[in-house]
Amino acid sequence: MLMVATGNKAVAAAVKEAKPSVVAAYPITPQSEVVEQIAEYVMSGEMQARYIPVESEHSAMTACIGASVTGVRTFTATSSHGLLYMHEMLHWAAGARLPIVMANINRALGPGWNVWAEHTDAYSQRDSGWLQFFVADVQEAYDTTLMAFRIAENTGILLPVMVNLDGFLLSHIMQSLETVDPGDYLPPMVLPHAIDIDHPASYGTLTGPRDHFKFRWEIERAMRNSPAVIRDAEEEFSRRFGRSYGPTEEYLCEDADILILSLGTLGREAEVSVDILRKEGIKAGSMRIRWFRPFPDLDLGNRDLVVIDRGYSFGFGGVLADSIRSRYRDAQIYSVIAGLGGQEVTYDDIASFVRERKMGDEYWFGVDA
Amino acid sequence: MFEIRIHSRGGQGGVTAASLIATAAFLDKKHATAAPFYGAERRGAPVTSFVRIDCEPIKIYSQIRSPDLVIVLDASIMETVDVLQGMQPGGTVLINSPHPVDLPGVNVLTIDLTGVALAVDLVVSGSPILNTPVLGALAKMGVISRDSAENAIRSMFADERNIRAAEAAYTELVV
Repeated sequence: MLMVATGNKAVAAAVKEAKPSVVAAYPITPQSEVVEQIAEYVMSGEMQARYIPVESEHSAMTACIGASVTGVRTFTATSSHGLLYMHEMLHWAAGARLPIVMANINRALGPGWNVWAEHTDAYSQRDSGWLQFFVADVQEAYDTTLMAFRIAENTGILLPVMVNLDGFLLSHIMQSLETVDPGDYLPPMVLPHAIDIDHPASYGTLTGPRDHFKFRWEIERAMRNSPAVIRDAEEEFSRRFGRSYGPTEEYLCEDADILILSLGTLGREAEVSVDILRKEGIKAGSMRIRWFRPFPDLDLGNRDLVVIDRGYSFGFGGVLADSIRSRYRDAQIYSVIAGLGGQEVTYDDIASFVRERKMGDEYWFGVDA
Repeated sequence: MFEIRIHSRGGQGGVTAASLIATAAFLDKKHATAAPFYGAERRGAPVTSFVRIDCEPIKIYSQIRSPDLVIVLDASIMETVDVLQGMQPGGTVLINSPHPVDLPGVNVLTIDLTGVALAVDLVVSGSPILNTPVLGALAKMGVISRDSAENAIRSMFADERNIRAAEAAYTELVV
């Protein structure tokens, strides 16, 4: 079915099709519309899920963990401070190998109080064992949310998945959306270690270093297996529903001398910048990173990289820039910090980052040095 | 690409107007995006929302800086907000006003949307509804088709007074 929807409503529509048994959530700007819409689906009977309104995000994630360990599909959504309030339980969800799917509507952290787009919330959960995707339009938000369940629940993965949407820029924009019937694209969830009253077992007991270490390695082994599983989920999605996705969304990268690397909506707007730069004779391309964890292999070649970060690791650098720098030691990077707290970054601004790039430097856009 | 900026007051339905226009454009088989600017929103405070319409997929997420069309749902906003900011030369301003308005360097169209809404008793909580009649005006201007304007309104509102108001605005606007 074709319709017009916001990014938030697209996520909710995908969750409706995924038919989770339990949704536990706490509303927060700019995520609220996701869980309001799901609550409406449940109230109207369009969704058969149990909707658990909780008193905090910590409880939202805990309720999802409790439900998931019984072997049923679960979903939640949050943003910013809500995500950080879940922090402890995010590690628990990954450590307990529970395929929970969550939409995170990227938003800055206070103080000062700011409800607009920034990636610091997701960046700060980078090492929690969650797979993380960043999407750039309403359709991709819908499609990636559906794919997230298939990826998370693959028995070779069994890790939680976070789908990131830029607050307001994507969560509240209205674009066209084609919904699908996923059918057996999402087979029933099978959790091998689900609670089984006929075979009682203890969960979360005291674990010595030897087993603990092994469990941690198994998370990493699942992460290392995940690219093949994600690719398969994306290819099967393309076969069935006609829309193709990959670890990156590349625009005119093949013959480019300069690549603009970014996450989320900035990466879509950068394609307009590429068109402008190409008309000036500057051979630029845009490589939007869709998979943030697992971090994908990138075909960077020996090219100038303009990396735009909507978040920062204080005392170190732009998080995306550093991910690339640590993976590709010889990479020539111009690190641009831009768009924090919803700062407006236009295609003209992105084009100027490329024109005025100083390789090896870091530039804070809009901050007088 | 055709870019529209809508000026209204919080609670007047400017954001809904943007989504109705995008829906109508989409029904016209075009690409469209509608976006609100979320500042510190309060009921009655000036708010801005945006619509982009194009034949190609729209990749731009930043705000509209040089609109082709500005819609002013509440003329009193012009006392405090420069509604012509960034306006394309020769652009058009559509103002909800019972009186002609003179603005330099742009094409000004006025229509009494408030009167149109009151005439069909399209009033909710004491306020006339402006965001559905404005679609009739935009259909008259050729921004969206008349059929799509009607279908977009029907997709969101069951009350037939919305359609009657849009039709009245279509008839009343002189372009």
